[in-house]
Amino acid sequence: MIQADLNVILPEILLAVFAMLALVGAAYTDKDKLGPMLVWATSGLLIALAIWIGASGDGSTRVAFNGLFVDDGFSRFAKVVILLSAAAVLMMGQDYMARRGLLRFEYPLLVALSAVGMMMMVSAGDLMSLYMGLELQSLALYVVASLRRDSVKSTEAGLKYFVLGSLSSGLLLYGASLTYGYAGTTLFSGIIQTVSAGELSVGLLFGLVFLISGLAFKVSAVPFHMWTPDVYEGAPTPVTAFFATAPKVAAMALFARLLHDAFGGAAAEWGQVVALISVLSMFLGAFAAIGQRNIKRLMAYSSIAHMGFALMGLAAGSELGVQAMLIYMTIYVTMNIGTFAFILSMERDGAPVTDITALNMYSKKEPGRALAMLVLLFSLAGVPPLVGFFGKLYVLRAAYDAGLAWLAVAGVVASVIGSFYYLRIVYLMYFGDDADEGLDAGGSPVLWGFLMASAFVMVAGVVNLFGIEGAAAAAAATLVR
Amino acid sequence: MIGLEHYLTVAATLFVIGIFGLFLNRKNVIILLMSIELMLLAVNINFVAFSSFLNDLVGQVFTLFVLTVAAAEAAIGLAILVCFFRNRGTIAVEDVNVMKG
Repeated sequence: MIQADLNVILPEILLAVFAMLALVGAAYTDKDKLGPMLVWATSGLLIALAIWIGASGDGSTRVAFNGLFVDDGFSRFAKVVILLSAAAVLMMGQDYMARRGLLRFEYPLLVALSAVGMMMMVSAGDLMSLYMGLELQSLALYVVASLRRDSVKSTEAGLKYFVLGSLSSGLLLYGASLTYGYAGTTLFSGIIQTVSAGELSVGLLFGLVFLISGLAFKVSAVPFHMWTPDVYEGAPTPVTAFFATAPKVAAMALFARLLHDAFGGAAAEWGQVVALISVLSMFLGAFAAIGQRNIKRLMAYSSIAHMGFALMGLAAGSELGVQAMLIYMTIYVTMNIGTFAFILSMERDGAPVTDITALNMYSKKEPGRALAMLVLLFSLAGVPPLVGFFGKLYVLRAAYDAGLAWLAVAGVVASVIGSFYYLRIVYLMYFGDDADEGLDAGGSPVLWGFLMASAFVMVAGVVNLFGIEGAAAAAAATLVR
Repeated sequence: MIGLEHYLTVAATLFVIGIFGLFLNRKNVIILLMSIELMLLAVNINFVAFSSFLNDLVGQVFTLFVLTVAAAEAAIGLAILVCFFRNRGTIAVEDVNVMKG
């Protein structure tokens, strides 16, 4: 019995054991000299696990530990995206961290531990495993946010993230306790029986609202977004790149699992709440980014707006909606990896630059990179015929099919407003004034590779989205029953 | 007779005090940590009360997990706070303002 359970969570166990052994090993031997080696070892392991989990997908659903842990098509899809993006971000940031003396051996291991937490989150079948996964991820993230110990900004980012993150965990837990009390169980399969049995009791409704608030914080949706710009700005850029990719996917997948697996019978109730935070996020992300000159803060508001779109898929409350959300998140992560590869290579005299005015006439100096960035920015803005447009098209169609035409219209309007700040960067790169001293030429080949690969995917993916459409549909089918 | 409602009322009151402590406190980051702890303990009262009311052990198991995680969380919070103090020389909440927002 226990053997079968352990088999189901073997990938998580492997990753956790690797992280702990490496932590002890590095602490007792060469310490930070092992940093670069551990980055490559960890990303190698993450990629290997992603391939393993992706290949082991025979469509079956396996449940371990009496329902606490669920391994189904949905969780496998999310895990592959999470592991691959975490590995990509680790490899991208290696050079940046090493040159600034930030490549301590803890960094890759904390990323690995938070990846374990994310894998737990997307596989949670119970409020307890949900909470444990979420905290394992969050605690590791608080530490990496303040990784630059001698910088006021980085430690302040860590402190703000910690305080507001703990507040959201508290809200989520309060919701979990109410749900437990009024449903009589913490198992999702038990909660959904109570929910579908009849009218949602007031206690369960309050529990649901608190749970949604806690998770909305983790995906940085309005009105729980206030930490995002500060944390994105203060954390070292590779860490920001990490925040913008894997944890967002994990939190969004957890959101979908909680809403469909535990509260699937009350789609009418949570649909309204999710639609509301979705429309608020899209508009706040679109408007607040207009005044930003710091590209990291700008990406923070961009991520708030994008989370609004992903939530639009969830608000639909249908299988198509979950599929659209998975496709949207996969595309969003791919775009963000390319964009952050570009931001990581923005340097002047070896020091990182985050002001967008530094990009004046960048196209003259580096036509190739400028073109790749143009493709990515157009894709982020959702300009057809790039892949980012298809992501938006899917969520809009899901919302429209679910009878949320007003939400789809609001999404189109917000996307048009939001495209302004992406296009301004393009304008600066191609038609800005020449007076400013620009950025250093060059940059590491790894960053160049990720930037070009991501831009290429945005163009080439329009043919068939590399088949993620079918995979996402199969994944959504295992979640929504 | 003290019933379930009494426990829930106490827990809800403590939880709200914790939230207010987070938002109204202008003095000291340590007080923020205490407020967070208060919120988590309020949740624990909820869990234990429901657990006893439902005759179901799961709530108490959950409480043990929450206690463990709260301890780890406090440790990490204090560690970050020490780093912040070394850089900034203060832990007043109003001085956590290098970045606007």
